[in-house]
Amino acid sequence: MRNTASLLIVLVFLTLWEISARLIDKAFILPSPVQILVRLWELKDVLFLVHLPVTLLSIVIGLTFSIILGTAIAVWMSQNASVQRAIYPILIASQMVPVIALAPIFVLWLGYTIWSKVAVAVLITFFPITVNAFDGLSSGKRETEELFLTMGATKKDVFLKYSVPIALPHFFSGLKVAVTLSVIGAAIGEWLGAQAGLGYFSRRMMTQFDGAAVFAPIFVLTFVGILLFVCVAYIEKRMLNWRTKS
Amino acid sequence: MLEFNKVSFGYDENSKILDELSFSVRAGEFISIIGVSGSGKSTIFRLVTGLDKPLAGDITLEGNKNGARLGQVGYMPQQDLLLPWRTILENAFLPLEINGVDKQTAYKQIKPLLKEFGLEGTDDKYPSELSGGMKQRVAFLRAVLSGNPLLLLDEPFSALDAITKLSMQEWLLDQWQKRKSTILFITHDVDEALFLSDRIFLLKNKPVTAIEEISIPLRRERTRKDLHRPDMLELKERLLSTLRSEVTL
Ligand SMILES: Nc1ncnc2c1ncn2[C@@H]1O[C@H](COP(=O)(O)OP(=O)(O)OP(=O)(O)O)[C@@H](O)[C@H]1O
Ligand SMILES: [Mg+2]
Repeated sequence: MRNTASLLIVLVFLTLWEISARLIDKAFILPSPVQILVRLWELKDVLFLVHLPVTLLSIVIGLTFSIILGTAIAVWMSQNASVQRAIYPILIASQMVPVIALAPIFVLWLGYTIWSKVAVAVLITFFPITVNAFDGLSSGKRETEELFLTMGATKKDVFLKYSVPIALPHFFSGLKVAVTLSVIGAAIGEWLGAQAGLGYFSRRMMTQFDGAAVFAPIFVLTFVGILLFVCVAYIEKRMLNWRTKS
Repeated sequence: MLEFNKVSFGYDENSKILDELSFSVRAGEFISIIGVSGSGKSTIFRLVTGLDKPLAGDITLEGNKNGARLGQVGYMPQQDLLLPWRTILENAFLPLEINGVDKQTAYKQIKPLLKEFGLEGTDDKYPSELSGGMKQRVAFLRAVLSGNPLLLLDEPFSALDAITKLSMQEWLLDQWQKRKSTILFITHDVDEALFLSDRIFLLKNKPVTAIEEISIPLRRERTRKDLHRPDMLELKERLLSTLRSEVTL
């Protein structure tokens, strides 16, 4: 198998964790992987039926927003040089703002609703999507664009038949970063103030000194992140199957 | 077919590349343009295709003086510029797609041509799976499918190995005679120009103020042996020495 090596490393890591956790023997600070899995099983109904759907919903809404808004701005910038000159630096600068420090403000504005989590998720996933989509849209060669023009192509033809296809690989790179970040974003949002969600649950368990139950939702979040990533990678492979031929 | 009348052009006002250049091309001719690097060969093509406009002078294409020319000439660039995400069939379809031809009709037109162009069985392959010579043939097919009688080929064979190049030249002559198109062909290879052309345009001076027109004293049905005739050897010598005198290092 292709991922044997990575799998092995993870297994070694988990084993070491298991051993040290048993040696230290303070489950409320450092539960062992086995303890966490057992707790996960015990809590499966609450985790998967109550809290997971809430978190997933903020992730999906946040990502959808980012993708729509991000690509729209990327397209706008690619079509209009003065828009690009105006927005691109702001976009880069916005990344210097510590989003995590800003997150409590969203909770203040939007309350314990799902929208404060969506806002955090959008804020951190928006950037990789926009920048990658824009870089992709502007990665075309001038020679090819001119070849299109000599065929009598309109600006729209060039955009749809050249700029968009050539941007797709970049877009997917951005999306892969964004889906993993979206999980973090939603979890942070929930940590700071929520009534449900995996981040919220993890935090509540911390106040009860239930170490294994703190880690259980984190395991689930990790799994969600990996799953989203794999989904995107799969769609990417299907859509860009020409790249594997050579 | 195509006429340049006192055409001047430069990428910026101060440095002209073409200065009052005139020439004309008859329908059905095969014309090679040779000149030292940077002399303005590709620039002439940009003017013919309509990508750039002359600063002064007139360009007449098929009786249409200074009209819109984008989409009116078939252009084959130096690199094949095939779209890597499109199959060979889809790449060939591009000019037709842009002209609003529907897929079914277009594919029916393209498929027999693929065979004729020695591209049989490559319909669903991607450009990265083809050899250099094959990719150039696809690029040429794409130029032909633009449906325009005037074809501009910018150093199409310069990236090919010597043997492939020779067979591509013969193949191109075949195609040209079959399709009765008019071809303007940029090359650095004097032998190539002598073998292919009816006339050779040699660009002189910087900026280019005149072209030397050289008619090739060979019948259309020619073989490579004809290049060894004394008059052809002499012509080759003359071309090479003129080119050499134009090179400024
Ligand atoms: N887009 C451009 N902007 C400014 N100058 C240009 C541009 N394209 C070409 N030039 C200049 O115009 C001159 C002629 O260029 P052109 O590409 O027509 O030469 P060429 O004869 O095709 O050369 P080569 O044989 O190397 O392809 C060169 O000096 C080049 O530096
Ligand atoms: Mg050139």
